[in-house]
Amino acid sequence: MAQTKQIVVVGGGMVAHRFTEAMRARDTEGRFAVTVLAEEPRAPYDRVALTSYFTGRKPEELALGDPSLWEDPLVTLERDAKAVSVDRAARTVTDAHGRTYPYDHLVMATGSYAWSPPVKGSDLPGVFVYRTIDDVAALRGYVQQRRRDLGRTVRGAVIGGGLLGLEAAGALQELGATSTVVQFADRLMNLQVDEGGGQALSRLIENTGVKVRCNTATEEIRADKHGHVGSLKFAEQGEQLVDVVVFATGVRPRDELGRDMGLPLGERGGIVVDDTCLTEDPAISAIGEVACIQGSCIGLIAPGNTMAEIAVDRLLGGVSTFPGADTAAKLKLLGVDVASFGDAFATTPGALELTYADPVAGVYKKLVVSDDARTLLGGILVGDASAYASLRPLVGSEVGGDPAGWLLPEGAIERPNVELPDEAGVCSCNNVSAGAIRGAVTEHGCTDLAGVKACTKAGTSCGSCLPLVKKIMGTELEKAGIEVSNALCEHFAMSRAQLFSAVQVSELRTFSEIIERFGTGRGCDLCKPAIGSILATLYNEHVLAADRAALQDTNDRVMANMQKDGTYSVVPRVPGGEILPEHLILIGQIAQDYGLYTKITGGQRIDMFGARLEQLPSIWKRLVDAGMESGHAYGKSLRTVKSCVGSDWCRYGVQDSVGMAIALELRYRGLRSPHKFKLGVSGCARECAEARGKDVGVIATDKGWNVYVGGNGGFTPKHAQLLVEDVDDATLFKVIDRYLMLYVRTADRLQRTAPWQEDYEGGLDAIRSVIVDDSLGICADLDAHMARHINSYEDEWAAVLNDPERLKQFTAFVNAPEQPDPTLAYVEQRGQRRPATASERSDGSVLIAPATLEVRS
Amino acid sequence: MTTTASGVARDTTTVAVCAYDRLTPELGVAALVDGVQVAIFRLADGSVHAVQNLDPFSGASVMSRGITGDKAGEPTIASPIYKQVFSLLDGRCLATMDKEPAAGHEGRLTVHRVCVEDGQVRIALAEPAGP
Ligand code: SRM
Ligand SMILES: Cc1cc2nc3c(=O)[nH]c(=O)nc-3n(C[C@H](O)[C@H](O)[C@H](O)COP(=O)(O)OP(=O)(O)OC[C@H]3O[C@@H](n4cnc5c(N)ncnc54)[C@H](O)[C@@H]3O)c2cc1C
Ligand code: SF4
Ligand code: FES
Repeated sequence: MAQTKQIVVVGGGMVAHRFTEAMRARDTEGRFAVTVLAEEPRAPYDRVALTSYFTGRKPEELALGDPSLWEDPLVTLERDAKAVSVDRAARTVTDAHGRTYPYDHLVMATGSYAWSPPVKGSDLPGVFVYRTIDDVAALRGYVQQRRRDLGRTVRGAVIGGGLLGLEAAGALQELGATSTVVQFADRLMNLQVDEGGGQALSRLIENTGVKVRCNTATEEIRADKHGHVGSLKFAEQGEQLVDVVVFATGVRPRDELGRDMGLPLGERGGIVVDDTCLTEDPAISAIGEVACIQGSCIGLIAPGNTMAEIAVDRLLGGVSTFPGADTAAKLKLLGVDVASFGDAFATTPGALELTYADPVAGVYKKLVVSDDARTLLGGILVGDASAYASLRPLVGSEVGGDPAGWLLPEGAIERPNVELPDEAGVCSCNNVSAGAIRGAVTEHGCTDLAGVKACTKAGTSCGSCLPLVKKIMGTELEKAGIEVSNALCEHFAMSRAQLFSAVQVSELRTFSEIIERFGTGRGCDLCKPAIGSILATLYNEHVLAADRAALQDTNDRVMANMQKDGTYSVVPRVPGGEILPEHLILIGQIAQDYGLYTKITGGQRIDMFGARLEQLPSIWKRLVDAGMESGHAYGKSLRTVKSCVGSDWCRYGVQDSVGMAIALELRYRGLRSPHKFKLGVSGCARECAEARGKDVGVIATDKGWNVYVGGNGGFTPKHAQLLVEDVDDATLFKVIDRYLMLYVRTADRLQRTAPWQEDYEGGLDAIRSVIVDDSLGICADLDAHMARHINSYEDEWAAVLNDPERLKQFTAFVNAPEQPDPTLAYVEQRGQRRPATASERSDGSVLIAPATLEVRS
Repeated sequence: MTTTASGVARDTTTVAVCAYDRLTPELGVAALVDGVQVAIFRLADGSVHAVQNLDPFSGASVMSRGITGDKAGEPTIASPIYKQVFSLLDGRCLATMDKEPAAGHEGRLTVHRVCVEDGQVRIALAEPAGP
């Protein structure tokens, strides 16, 4: 075996790290040993994440990669070892301590330094730059000290309104100082965004409390009477008091060693290299920000990492060359999304610019497309960069569909659905293609995001590509059939959707037959309610019929919602939220008679809490006798249809939203489903019923109704997406009938419509083609099923009240039917009662015990 | 002697609570026995089981309203409140759902002795498990 060759890397920054890591990963034969000479006193760290130092991340947490890299016998890291000279003839490097290191190959990775313009006073105490951990540590120390000394908020200013300047402004705010960004150019981030984007950006940044001064040149930093920074003097408009100043006016390559060695430098500095990262001297490469490649130095990490990979590849005999820099960037500055990619300034001849601006929401978006509007060339996103991860890899390929879909707020119109080509770059920080992510799943057996990240490095730097990485991974897992087991529970190996068709096809109607045929054992609290629900959906029989009661989950079991103390709440249906005064009075009367706590729910109706099991029938008898019925607040079924007042009263209403809400509520009441579902109807585009937060949202238009589907409140809020537009009543009912039926048949247990719709193969488009274009030929079946449901609907509570067998389930104790649960205890609060806490029980402040409550029946 | 998980039945006289036929298979009922709430279940195989009605995780007396089932063949009852699963044979908790029992409660159920005599379900209260 050949002797191990010695590589010396000068500079211990991000790119040096990537070089070392890649070398150790790829040089499996141990041909090279790597010595890294780092000027800073620590191992390479994540400079991109420097600002997170102010939000409490410790320097160690910024460390890059697996620290065991530095333990590798073929790797030596010399900290605090600034290289001061290189002897190209002798092939040695000497550091500031006088130690020399021989090399077979030298890699220059000295990065950049923060450059500040020669402004008078820039050497005063209180003036900082923003490049290293030591810089930010010093800034923090100074701000904290000044606050103590001055006894007031520290006034900060950042000179420079580019990417770094905004980061620094955020850091000052994080430190509790005020900050003003002083920008020489006419807008913030003038290198990345155009005028429209700059305006939106200024507004958003100012909303965060940072002051912005564009078109302003700083002439001098003046000292206060103690010799600290005291004020900024501007070229034209006067002066501003400041206590601390950060320069973020750009970077310059640290090419001094290169100059000393006599290597050619670029016009604006930087060690000149060819596309393989070699300098004029074949024994010396330069990578990262110090390298002048294809005519310029690039101040971004992604191209630096690419250079590191190329240098390694070449040393190992590979033939890769630098493909040109992707200068795309997505940043979250002070909480504001900014992204710019590709030909953002539309310099390609004939390029078209599509822009969308919403000054109120502070959003500016621009897509640059080819002259035929088909190929994406670049873009700028300010305020909402959610489309960045999907768009950036599409640069150079067809945008597909209507490009405006990418510009409008999410969901306004369909986003074109495009499958990325394998070679499309997904993670620009780490140069990972869509194909590599697919490969991680198909070839390396990764089954989760953590695995894919570890395998490909995608998403491990800035993280902006993660949503896309996840999506590609998900699609691939699905294709490979590697899904997390979707077995219902230990008794059924099938998913709910599979079980639904099994039950439907076999026409079995009892749990015992179903588990005998399709499962094992006796069932449990997961599969029993699921089958109870499937049987109810298919046959619309009473939830407490025959052996069904024992299948039902807590609430369905007694058709009321169990509360924390074992009592129940009672919610009569109030269709569309419209209620007769006599029903209001009745509810009030019942609450008084039984001492129930009353509250208006979030679903436009009234809840009465604290009813005991044995009281439920008598309460419901009074409600049913007066013409009210079950509100299914307990069921996995239709809950409420929320309405706004609509055209009857509201001066803006264009349709009768209340009438429509009532019609919908009566149509779908009692339909059992995998999870609860809710509808909303708004009488005009002002959307007072918040319909787009519902599983099905209906919004009136001049011409009819727009129907949106798959909305959700709860833990993961989602806006419903447009299904059909401007339809009449009959069409509206038809599409909603089919949508709901498809959902109840194919969703998973406890899966709301929003995640169902997302998971449905082909998404909303596919659902639309099933229920609007009848692509599967099942519409007639769906329609018939819904018709059966509507025709066979009966009020569950009325049915129970007529059935002495079922009424027996509503007894407190089998041997003492009217005896209230002796453990219940209440206290009074704001004029009503609530369950007593444990400490109230023990200190005797319990006022109301159930035995003393009046029981009427 | 180890205290068996089911608790040691107090060898007092048993108390009749209801007719066996009053029980619907797999559907629990509550009974008051000497002031103690008991949850009684008749399973599909005809066996009868009795455990404390108090749900130790919520502190509410609701176990009789839970769902019966089995875990690897062992008959179980799931709490209707936070869905913990307990063995009907010895009362131990088979699934805590990552929760702790309510303050002052032990995370298991006391199992009471049941027998069926002359068509009547009879309960013998066990010492409550734990102090
Ligand atoms: C009573 C009520 C709160 C209130 O006083 O306003 C309520 C109460 C409960 N909600 Fe709710 N939700 C109520 C409106 C809502 C709303 C608002 C709405 O409907 O406009 C939402 C968000 C909208 C949505 O569903 O998308 C809501 C989202 C949830 C969720 C989260 C669902 C999700 O998809 O993430 C749960 C948890 C669940 O179902 O798994 C939940 C679960 C519950 C449960 C069932 C929790 C439980 O298991 O005990 C509560 C039952 C209390 C009871 O006995 O009635 N509740 N809940 C509201 C009854 C409305 C009605 O008239 O039926
Ligand atoms: C606050 C901040 C935010 C940033 N955000 C982004 C972003 O969002 N996206 C993005 O793409 N880029 C961002 N960058 C830029 C990115 O950090 C750099 O492009 C990247 O660090 C360049 O890597 P490098 O290894 O070439 O240089 P550096 O990381 O600067 O490393 C060079 C190292 O060499 C050392 N050195 C220099 N001379 C010598 C010598 N003679 N002897 C020994 N050691 C020497 C230096 O001390 C330094 O540690 C940001 C930079 C900063 C400061
Ligand atoms: S938000 Fe939480 S606490 Fe409030 S009603 Fe809904 S589930 Fe109960
Ligand atoms: S694009 Fe930055 S981590 Fe992937």
